Amino acid sequence: MHELSIAAAVVESAEGVAREHGADAVAGVTLRIGELAGVVPDALRFSFSLVAEGTALERAELVIEEVAARARCGGCDARFAVGSPPALWCPHCDTPAAELLTGRELELAEVRMAGSP
Amino acid sequence: MCRSVDVRTAVLAKNDGLAAELRADLAERRVAAVNLLSSPGSGKTALLELVLRRARERGLAVAALTADLATENDARRLARSGAPVKQVLTGGLCHLEAAQVRALVDGWLPDATRLLFVENVGNLVCPASYDLGETLRVTLMSVTEGEDKPLKYPTAFGAAHLVVLTKTDIAGAVGFEDGVFSAAVERVNPGVEILRTSARDGQGVDTLLDRVLAVAGGAAPHAPLLAADHLRRHGHDHDPDAHHHDHGPDAHHHGHASPAPTA
Ligand SMILES: Nc1nc2c(ncn2[C@@H]2O[C@H](COP(=O)(O)OP(=O)(O)O)[C@@H](O)[C@H]2O)c(=O)[nH]1
Ligand SMILES: [Mg+2]
Ligand SMILES: [Zn+2]
Repeated sequence: MHELSIAAAVVESAEGVAREHGADAVAGVTLRIGELAGVVPDALRFSFSLVAEGTALERAELVIEEVAARARCGGCDARFAVGSPPALWCPHCDTPAAELLTGRELELAEVRMAGSP
Repeated sequence: MCRSVDVRTAVLAKNDGLAAELRADLAERRVAAVNLLSSPGSGKTALLELVLRRARERGLAVAALTADLATENDARRLARSGAPVKQVLTGGLCHLEAAQVRALVDGWLPDATRLLFVENVGNLVCPASYDLGETLRVTLMSVTEGEDKPLKYPTAFGAAHLVVLTKTDIAGAVGFEDGVFSAAVERVNPGVEILRTSARDGQGVDTLLDRVLAVAGGAAPHAPLLAADHLRRHGHDHDPDAHHHDHGPDAHHHGHASPAPTA
């Protein structure tokens, strides 16, 4: 359950952004979570509700955008969905992927400030 | 009116930034760090004890950190090798973070050390997200854990520089199907080497040490597709210290008592 640590890091960095912008409260945050990030969105939502209590994010809405895992083939250059359980092999030519394009994101994408400046 | 800021920063940017600094400092001190990841009971401590012993026989300056939720037993076992060993009590935290390793590297690690082994908390989920500044990330599992485990924990196995299969001495007794296991590893981490070890008969101990020495000597490790390099780069774009307010890993406990389910 490292979702608690992750949620704490989200709250900490969103509070930092709010401070920089002179806001007392955060209305919402958007996270981008890759399919292969090793984070369970529901566990993160639950952890967030615990960790946000008593902070500038107490009333913040948490939006989680899940990002599908996609890779690029090292043989034919096709882009393909890695699937679940993941296979890092090209479904067209059975060659290992050259790179993972998306799927490991664990990003704070957006912070929405509450109230007017 | 509601202002929104597009921040696009890695959630673990602070840890990533600390890990990157630690990696650079360790390189300067000529220390190669090895991060050992597995479920509880896979045999990390048993294997590491032999590796430390063998390293000392071979005249190598090794040291080890071992993380545990609550007890000092692993450190006692490892210290029998004669190598300097330090226990990190995580007090319930389910993974090690770079700041914890940093504190011990600065405050304890003997100057002459060339190889530093870090036994992470027994857990295949959480530790996979935290870079510790290691040179080599090794994910282990034993023959008793199910051949498809790499598919269930793709982040841990897919980001490993080296995969180790432990307890091979009992593979026959438990009917372990090596072909199924190898295919699962290859599926999430094409091209990664699988080392087979046993702490009962010493199989693979020297080979593991050789692999560590190779990267310590500058050889490029295998490049796993699931390594979070792009995330690390993000972390740098947005100065990881920008939001730093002296909030160490200890602040993250929050009654964090239950490690993720394993096996
Ligand atoms: N048969 C066999 N048992 C092992 C081996 N390595 C460890 N064990 C046993 O597995 C259990 C867990 O080992 P330990 O090293 O504590 O695992 P850790 O939690 O990953 O550090 C202990 O009872 C060990 O004696 C091995 O290579 N072969
Ligand atoms: Mg152990
Ligand atoms: Zn292809």
